[in-house]
Amino acid sequence: MSSAMIDLILQATLDTLYMVAVSGVISALFGVPLGVLLYVTRPRQILARPALNQALGMVTNVGRSIPFIILMVAIIPFTRMIVGTSIGTNAAVVPLTLAAIPFVARLVEGALNEIPPGLVEAAQSMGATPHQIITKVLLPEARGGIITGLTITVVTLVSYSAMAGAVGGGGLGDLGIRYGYNRFNPTIMLVTVAILVVMVQGFQSLGDYLVRKSDRK
Amino acid sequence: MITLRNVSKTYHLTSPSGRLPFAARRRDQPPRTIEALKNVDLHVPQGSIHGVIGLSGAGKSTLIRCVNLLERPSSGSVVVDGQEMTDLSAAELNQARHRIGMIFQHFNLLTTRSVFDNVALPLELMGMRRSAIRERVRPLLELTGLTDKARQYPAQLSGGQKQRVAIARALASEPRVLLCDEATSALDPQTTGSILALLREINQKLGLTILLITHEMEVVKSICHRVGLISDGELVEEAEVGDFFTAPRTRLGREFLNDFLQLEPPKALVERLEEAPGERTHPVVRLAFSGDAVSTPLISRLARECGVDVSILQAKVESIQERTLGLMIAELLGSPAQTRRAIDYLETHDLHVEVLGHVQRDD
Repeated sequence: MSSAMIDLILQATLDTLYMVAVSGVISALFGVPLGVLLYVTRPRQILARPALNQALGMVTNVGRSIPFIILMVAIIPFTRMIVGTSIGTNAAVVPLTLAAIPFVARLVEGALNEIPPGLVEAAQSMGATPHQIITKVLLPEARGGIITGLTITVVTLVSYSAMAGAVGGGGLGDLGIRYGYNRFNPTIMLVTVAILVVMVQGFQSLGDYLVRKSDRK
Repeated sequence: MITLRNVSKTYHLTSPSGRLPFAARRRDQPPRTIEALKNVDLHVPQGSIHGVIGLSGAGKSTLIRCVNLLERPSSGSVVVDGQEMTDLSAAELNQARHRIGMIFQHFNLLTTRSVFDNVALPLELMGMRRSAIRERVRPLLELTGLTDKARQYPAQLSGGQKQRVAIARALASEPRVLLCDEATSALDPQTTGSILALLREINQKLGLTILLITHEMEVVKSICHRVGLISDGELVEEAEVGDFFTAPRTRLGREFLNDFLQLEPPKALVERLEEAPGERTHPVVRLAFSGDAVSTPLISRLARECGVDVSILQAKVESIQERTLGLMIAELLGSPAQTRRAIDYLETHDLHVEVLGHVQRDD
């Protein structure tokens, strides 16, 4: 393999890591609170707001039902507004983040759902405010489940980022399609896939480690 | 310390989304309602241990949750430590709840916090400083016998130890009242005994008022001063524990007691029991006696003074806290006049006599 080829692969790996890292962090920053909101506004929950809950649920479902490749091109004007361009790695980060937020939110909601209702009741009996219940009971008790959800999200983002080529975002998936498939270079294809496998394996192991560390059950 | 006046709680059955199911709305039917509590009056004086016993679904859980407003009563008044709970704002209610501890059947400990941090939780919620928290938690762990478990996590503890953590946690904010929601129902008999002993100790040492709900007579028998019997959302009977065990006034009360004491006339006899006395019948009586009567040889005196023979079918002596309670099911053999006199004789000697029925003479 030529050194130019190796540079290309290196650059693509960095691009993928960059896209996954940035969209992963931002989607967690928005998705975790959204997931908490989806949970606590349910009927009979600590901040029950059935109408708000239904509205949020609907928005989340719409976000999750649009195929990523369509979302990416459909929101180009929005992307341009946020990052000032509609092509390149940064332009890919916007739709990746937008797709991941509702995904994270639903996984966080699911993790919160696993908490026995008795724990919230006990906190209420101690005079905890809704804010205290969220920060001292719900989030710590769901930590393992939330980390599991974020791990799933990161792995999904690795695979979504392969479509970033559609907006010139680069990355390993794009490299595999352009060099491996379009130019009939099976070596490149195999190398990119191998790197992706290792990357996903790494993220999964890291996530599992963090879950083990936070789990006291 | 706790006074419930005319408390009712009605649930309107709705779908999980909080709205009426479509089917119910379409059919023009009134929404289904469940009356979990009906006009309950309850008074628990300061420093006493008050039990409420009832079958599952009788409204026990709703009742105890109405005290700290985990369930808001549909109507009625709830006064705890001189404060009308139903009038409080959300912030005031949280303040008031610091003065009301609660423990649960399933302990409800936070799995991600150590024993120490679980006990510290209510103090953190009150905004107490870390050093002050340490000083408050340490004696509580000592009181509940958990000093060497402070760094462990709930998953490493047995059921009894978990309930001890929960008790320490409930006491952390120095409450005036402790609510126990089936606190020993998930524990084995031996552990139940040690938890009840701890509750009694707390009641005596700290003068804490305790309201507990349970379906176990054993709990009522071993620590309660007074007991209420709840059935179908209504408090149907209330008495001192000794009186309740001697002579429950309601049918449900008698069922609970007989079930607990396993004191029933033999099956073969029950089948022959008739309600009204006949020409040649003997009364079958249930005798309950406590205090001095236990140590008096009443049965032999009865034979001598009233001329009746007594055939004892079942007998039992129970200790209800400091009181000794004797219970007996017996057949009184003699002429109708003699047996009537015998019953009078027993009643004048402070025995509680209940005529269960009459059986035909065999001869």
